[in-house]
Amino acid sequence: MKRRKYEELFFRVLMVLATVFVAGSFFLIVGTIFYKGAPYMTLDMITKTPGGGFYIGKEGGILNAIIGSIYVAGGATVLGLLISIPVAIYINMYMGGKTFLANTLRMAFDVLFGIPSIVYGAFGFLIMVYFGLRASLLGGIIAVTLLVIPILVRTLDEVIRTVPFELRDAALSLGATRWETAKVVLRQIRPGIFTAILLSFGRAIGDVASVLFTAGFSDNIPTSLHEPAATLPLAIFFQLSSPVEEVQGRGYASALVLTIIVLIITVLSEIFIRNFFKHKI
Amino acid sequence: MYKLRLFKDKFMSKLMLVLTLASVSVLFVIGIGLYYHSIPILHKLSLSDLLTTSVWKPLKGLFGFYPFIMGTLWVTGISIIIALPLCLLTALYINEYAPARIRKILTPFVNLLSGIPPVIFGVWGVLFIIPLIQDHIAPHFVAFSTGYSVLAGGIVLAVMIFPLIVSIITEVLRTIPQDLRDASLSLGATGWETTRKVVLKKALPGIIAAVVLAISRAFGETIAVLMVCGNNAVVPHSVFDPGYPLPALIANNYGEMLSIPMYDSALMFAALLLFVIILLFNIISRVILARLERKLAS
Amino acid sequence: MDNKSLIGVQQLNVHIGNQHILKDINIDIPDKKVTSIIGPSGCGKTTLLKTFNRLLDNSADVKITGEVLVDGENIYAQGAEVTHIRQKMGLLSQRPYPLPMSIYDNVAYGPRIHGIRKKHDLDELVEKQLKATGLWEEVKDRLHASATRLSIGQQQRLCLARGLAVGPEIILGDESTSALDPVSTHIIEDLFVQLKEKYTIVLVTHILRQAARVSDNIIFIYMGKIVEMGPTHEVLHNPKEELTKQYVKGFIT
Repeated sequence: MKRRKYEELFFRVLMVLATVFVAGSFFLIVGTIFYKGAPYMTLDMITKTPGGGFYIGKEGGILNAIIGSIYVAGGATVLGLLISIPVAIYINMYMGGKTFLANTLRMAFDVLFGIPSIVYGAFGFLIMVYFGLRASLLGGIIAVTLLVIPILVRTLDEVIRTVPFELRDAALSLGATRWETAKVVLRQIRPGIFTAILLSFGRAIGDVASVLFTAGFSDNIPTSLHEPAATLPLAIFFQLSSPVEEVQGRGYASALVLTIIVLIITVLSEIFIRNFFKHKI
Repeated sequence: MYKLRLFKDKFMSKLMLVLTLASVSVLFVIGIGLYYHSIPILHKLSLSDLLTTSVWKPLKGLFGFYPFIMGTLWVTGISIIIALPLCLLTALYINEYAPARIRKILTPFVNLLSGIPPVIFGVWGVLFIIPLIQDHIAPHFVAFSTGYSVLAGGIVLAVMIFPLIVSIITEVLRTIPQDLRDASLSLGATGWETTRKVVLKKALPGIIAAVVLAISRAFGETIAVLMVCGNNAVVPHSVFDPGYPLPALIANNYGEMLSIPMYDSALMFAALLLFVIILLFNIISRVILARLERKLAS
Repeated sequence: MDNKSLIGVQQLNVHIGNQHILKDINIDIPDKKVTSIIGPSGCGKTTLLKTFNRLLDNSADVKITGEVLVDGENIYAQGAEVTHIRQKMGLLSQRPYPLPMSIYDNVAYGPRIHGIRKKHDLDELVEKQLKATGLWEEVKDRLHASATRLSIGQQQRLCLARGLAVGPEIILGDESTSALDPVSTHIIEDLFVQLKEKYTIVLVTHILRQAARVSDNIIFIYMGKIVEMGPTHEVLHNPKEELTKQYVKGFIT
C-alpha cells in the first residue's frame, strides 16, 4: 500500500519536473537571446543597411536583411496562398472531403510538411540551375513557397473542415454551383485564412536552409526580383561566424530582432486560432 | 446566364485539380530531380562504397559518406534519448494530471516554442549549451572539449523537437476514452498505475508514430545543428566528439560544389539520402496516426 | 449511527461550472438490495453515481460539498484515500471498456494491483469470477486472447467479472445495458438479481421496465433533486408526488 503511494508520488513529481523543464526551455532560449542581444541593440541596427566595413565592426545595420526577409516570406506566402486555397477547396468541396482519395492527398501534404527545408533548398537550387537563374529574390521566393505550401494547405484544410456541412448544403440547395458555394465558405473562414498566413509567414521568415542556396546575400535592399536578397537568419548566421566581437554581438542583436518578430507572429496566430475556434464551437 | 455559371464551375474545378496535382507532385519531382543529379556519382562509385567508406576528399574524387551518416545518427539518437522521456512525462502531465487551468497556460508555450526559428536555437546553442558543456559537463568526463560536439547538437535538437513530440502524444492521449481510465481507477488502481498499464499501452502506436516523426525531423534539421556540432568529418566515438551530420554537409559546401567535379552530384546524393529516409519515416508515422484516427471515428 | 447502511449521502451538492447539478441529496442505500436511480436524461443520476466512488475528481470545474459515507467513512473528507474506496465498488459503465490486454489479464488486473501475485491464486480467482458471470464456459479455451475480440455482451460480463475480482462490497451500474442486445441485457439483469445476495447494488437506468424487473428500491431524481424514493412497487404503481406520476405514467398504462 505504502509502496504504491510513493510510486504515484514519485512519478507525479517527475512529470511536473519534466513539464517545468519543457515549458521552461522556452524562457531559457528567449531569455538568453535577450540577455546577450539587448546590449548590442541600437536604432541603427534596424534602420540602416550595412556600411563599408560593417563586417569588421564598423557602422551600419541589418535593414537589408529585415527587408529581404519580409520580401521573401511575404512573396512566398502570397504565392503559396494562391496555390493552397484552391487546393484546400478542391480537397474539401470537390473531392467530398472524407473520401479515401482526399485523405490520401492530406497525408501527402503531411509528408511534404515533414520534408526538411534543406531538401527544398537543394531542390530549389536544381530548379534555378535548370532555368539558368542566379541566386536571387525570385529563387528564394520559389524555394520558400515550396516550403510553405504544405503548411498553408494543412491549416486551411482544418479551417474549412470546421465549416458545418449544413452551410454548404444550404448554399448548394439554393442552386449555387460548387464554386459559388466555395466562395461562401471562403468568406466564412476569413479569420482562419489569416491564421494560415501568419503561420506560413512565421515559418518562412525564420528558415535558413531553403534560402541558403537560392536567395544569395547582398548588402543592398533588392530592387528587382532578379537581384540577390539578404535574409535575417542568414545575416545572423554570417555575423555569428565572424571572429570580431562587435560583429558577433550584432549577430545576437539580429537574433533578438528575429525572435521578437517571430514571437509577435506566433502570439497573434495563437489569439486568432483561439477566437476562430471559440466562435465555431 | 446559367451556362456561364456552369462553365465557371467547370473551369475552376479543372484549374484547382491541376494546382492540386501539381503541388502534390512536388513530392515526386523532388525525388526524381535529386536522383537524376545523383546519377553521375552513383555511376562512379557503388552505393555501398558511398555509404560505408570514410574518406571525404572531393578534390581526389573520394566521397565516403560514412562519417556524415554516423554524425547524423549520433545527433539524432542523443536528441531522442533526451526528448522522449521528458516529452512523454510532460504530455502525460498535461493530459492526465494537470488541472484545466494549468493545462490552458501550458499549451500555448508548446506552440510558442515550436514557432522559434532554427537559427535562434542555433544561437542559443552557441551562447548557452556550448559553454555549459565546455565548462561544466565535459570536464567531468574527458580531458578537453571545445563544447562543439554531437552532444551539443543532440541537446539543441532535443529542445527543437519538444513541441512536435508533446503535441502529437497529447493528441493521441486525447483519443483514449475517459471511461477506459475510469474502468481502471474504479478497480482501485492509482493514477500512475492506470497511466502505465492502460493509457500508455493503448497509446503505444501513437507514441511510436510521434517518435518516428521526431526522428525524421531531427534527421533533416540543418542550421541549428551545424552551428553547434563542430563539423569535423570523422566518425564520433563519444558524445563529446564533434560530428558532421548530412544536412550540415550540404549547407556548408554549396558554395564550392559547382567548382569541383562530382561535388554537386555528391551533395545532391546526400540530399536524396535525406529525402528518401525522411519520406519513409514520415509515411510510416502518418499511416499509424491515420489508423488511430480512424479507430477513434468508428 | 451504528446500524448505518453501507452507503449514506448527507447534504450532497455538486456544481459543475456554474451549473448546480445535484441539490441537497440525502439518502441511505439499503444493503444487499438492488436500488435503481431513475429519471430523465440530464437529471444528474449518473453524476450521483459517480460521486460514490469519486470518479468526478478528474473532471474539470467540479465542486462537491456534503458527505458521502461508505462504511461510515466520509470519502470526501480531507486525506481520504481514494483507491481503497474505489476498490470497495465495482463499476459497470454504459459501454463495456475492456482494458487493452487479454481476457485473463483483464480479470487479474485488479487483484495484481492489490498485491496478489501467485499464479495459482490468480488462476483460481479468474475462474471463479468468470464462472460467477457465466462467462467461463464461453472463454475458458481462449483466456489469453485479446478481450476486444469478445462480443459486446460478453465484454460487459467480463467487465463485471473484472470488477468483482477486487472483492467489492458494492456494484455500481451506469446504464450498463444501454449498449447491449436484448439477450445480453437479460443475462446482465439476471446477474444483478443473483449478485444481490452478496453485494449492495446501485443502478442508474432510464428504462422503467428494467428498474421494475431488477430493483427492490427506486430513487427518482428530477432536475438534480430527489423527488421520491421507496420500494419499487410503491414508486412505480402508487407514486405520491405529482412529478413521479407524470414520469412513470408511461409505465403504468
